[in-house]
Amino acid sequence: MSAMKRNALLGLCGAILLGAVPVTTAVLAQDAKPELANKLDPNAKEIDEPVLKAAAAVKDEDGKYLDKDGHPTFHITNDGKKVDWYTYSGYRRYHAECHVCHGPDGMGSTYAPALKDSLKRLSYEEFYGILAGGKQEVNNTSNQVMPAFGDNKNVMCYANDLYVYLRARAAGAWGRARPGEKEEKPEAAKTAEKECLGG
Amino acid sequence: MRAVHLLALGAGLAAASPALANESVLKGIANPAEQVLQTVDYGNTRYSKLDQINASNVKNLQVAWTFSTGVLRGHEGAPLVVGNIMYVHTPFPNIVYALDLDQGAKIVWKYEPKQDPSVIPVMCCDTVNRGLAYADGAIILHQADTTVVSLDAKTGKVNWSVKNGDPSKGETNTATVLPVKDKVIVGISGGEFGVQCHVTAYDLKSGKKVWRGYSIGPDDQILVDPEKTTSLGKPVGKDSSVKTWEGDQWKTGGGCTWGWFSYDPKLDLFYYGSGNPSTWNPKQRPGDNKWSMTIWARNPDTGVAKWVYQMTPHDEWDYDGINEMILTDQKFDGKDRPLLTHFDRNGFGYTLDRATGEVLVAEKFDPVVNWATKVDLDKGSKTYGRPLVVSKYSTEQNGEDVNSKGICPAALGTKDQQPAAFSPKTGLFYVPTNHVCMDYEPFRVTYTPGQPYVGATLSMYPAPGSHGGMGNFIAWDNIQGKIKWSNPEQFSVWSGALATAGDVVFYGTLEGYLKAVDSKTGKELYKFKTPSGIIGNVMTYENKGKQYIAVLSGVGGWAGIGLAAGLTDPNAGLGAVGGYAALSSYTNLGGQLTVFSLPNN
Repeated sequence: MSAMKRNALLGLCGAILLGAVPVTTAVLAQDAKPELANKLDPNAKEIDEPVLKAAAAVKDEDGKYLDKDGHPTFHITNDGKKVDWYTYSGYRRYHAECHVCHGPDGMGSTYAPALKDSLKRLSYEEFYGILAGGKQEVNNTSNQVMPAFGDNKNVMCYANDLYVYLRARAAGAWGRARPGEKEEKPEAAKTAEKECLGG
Repeated sequence: MRAVHLLALGAGLAAASPALANESVLKGIANPAEQVLQTVDYGNTRYSKLDQINASNVKNLQVAWTFSTGVLRGHEGAPLVVGNIMYVHTPFPNIVYALDLDQGAKIVWKYEPKQDPSVIPVMCCDTVNRGLAYADGAIILHQADTTVVSLDAKTGKVNWSVKNGDPSKGETNTATVLPVKDKVIVGISGGEFGVQCHVTAYDLKSGKKVWRGYSIGPDDQILVDPEKTTSLGKPVGKDSSVKTWEGDQWKTGGGCTWGWFSYDPKLDLFYYGSGNPSTWNPKQRPGDNKWSMTIWARNPDTGVAKWVYQMTPHDEWDYDGINEMILTDQKFDGKDRPLLTHFDRNGFGYTLDRATGEVLVAEKFDPVVNWATKVDLDKGSKTYGRPLVVSKYSTEQNGEDVNSKGICPAALGTKDQQPAAFSPKTGLFYVPTNHVCMDYEPFRVTYTPGQPYVGATLSMYPAPGSHGGMGNFIAWDNIQGKIKWSNPEQFSVWSGALATAGDVVFYGTLEGYLKAVDSKTGKELYKFKTPSGIIGNVMTYENKGKQYIAVLSGVGGWAGIGLAAGLTDPNAGLGAVGGYAALSSYTNLGGQLTVFSLPNN
């Protein structure tokens, strides 16, 4: 048990609160600033319009983008070539911690579901809850068990990064590639990383 | 042309020294109608003397019968046959079935252990199990949760069971065991969880622990004699392992033992390889990280090592050294030598003298291997025995948070655990391989017990500028260190090969084909598509005078994880080639045994 887990749980509670009282944090769509709009690859083939729309950023807090519900989201520009820091970081963490079960690029495997599809359905709160608490589906035809990562700093310190990356995959806003151009690593990200990993 | 005198280990040696090894195992090995070990014989040659099915009639092969295991996961290993009973194992939950071959494969008994499913996600890369072993009237199963169980081969009743590790610390098992003399030798997995891995000997009759030798740690833990245990002909000296680690990092150092074991009754040594050091971020663990990535020769009674050879000091690419050690007696430079041939994940095919650990040959068994120019075999050189690493592909030299591109092979290795076969008739080794390269970016991670401890981002793709496929099935000359022929495959070949006296070599493919090829030329003679991808090993047996070929289907393993979705195309946008296609377009989860034979007339 660690301070980290408590932080993760607090984060989860916070997220649920945010989800439960959307009115207080909601920003009307017409308030969206044009500079926050995504400029995706015009040839992107897997765009999922509803998911993409729901993920539209309405707020930029020092390189951290938030949707109308206050949940973290991606920001992709330069015709789909440039990503925000958190999408890039999420890509890296995903391909260290998650891909050994969930396959490259969130595409799934014989072992675990394709998260590029799961994230079309899962809310931020559900995602966070499964990541921290794990999931079991053991029956006659299925032996799927995901561990609880609540204690794992290498995962939980980057929970939002993972969410943002996978959300971009689910929306079809980012394809099967390693991000090249990226926004600068925000000071807030450096501070949060240091605090969370505990030096 | 070299004159080679070949003698396959096993029956020949066995008859000469019945007091050594284990008599029941030797009897089973000597009888080609049976298969009592996953490795087919103690030398891991995977060669069968059965020749009823041969290069001219194999084209007539047909399915004789099938059996569903009831589990839809990656099926590695192969069934055993002892007398008229076939023993079939499954991935987690590790069910064992005893089938009576004289009664239409009727289920005589079934054993299903109760295991906590929380072990599932701790198993890196699928819940596979590489099979059972038979000795002294018992079937030995090593479960996912590291419980070793001895079952009465006749009734399935538990003789004894013992816990070899603790899954809550990331310790799990996927490997088979080695019964030798009055002991059974077992390994352990958990390299991605910072486990300090080991091999352990248990008493075959009682399950009592006899000794344990770690891969990494102080001399009394790794069971080396600083004066007598050698590496490259010289004593290893005091603290040979711990002095190659910073501080007490060795305690979470990995070096896991999830591969195959082989045994030489004459030298009374058993052989295996140790896996990668933890973490995958080399910057976080300075030093050679001994004895990870090492070939070990140990005495089965005491566990003490005779010699060690570290193939990939200070691993920077996850090139686990666990692949099988194949023992043959061949002529080398005109002299009869006891040889050990090993196809490492790092892409080099090694031939060693297994009595002394001297490295005789180390050559690339896939021409695309690029992380090292060669292994230095000059005895006068300062870098003797070491691979000469290419700076461009060194994730250590490029450093943390730098993406090193175009490294061949990928972390899957040029070959993973899927075992090769050796035919004494051709003197060739038949090797299932991967043809995959990668980008690798290490970064800093923290250690939490029972949690993965990886520390690198990987992306993998088919070897660029080649045939577009992700695998090859090759024939290898271990004396010359040369590829004799190479058959391109669309996907990695993740199935263990079998060579037979009928001049046929069998293997399976990830699409689900069982293939038979000519042992001299590699020409495809037969193929049949089974219900799911094959990552199991082909086996053969005889019942009532008739030869059968059997293989488990059930796609999964690391191959299923890496390839199910298809790999990233490095040239995305330039027109995708068929080879980059997803495995999921060709096959689906499954769990089936398919048994083949020739038609009755």
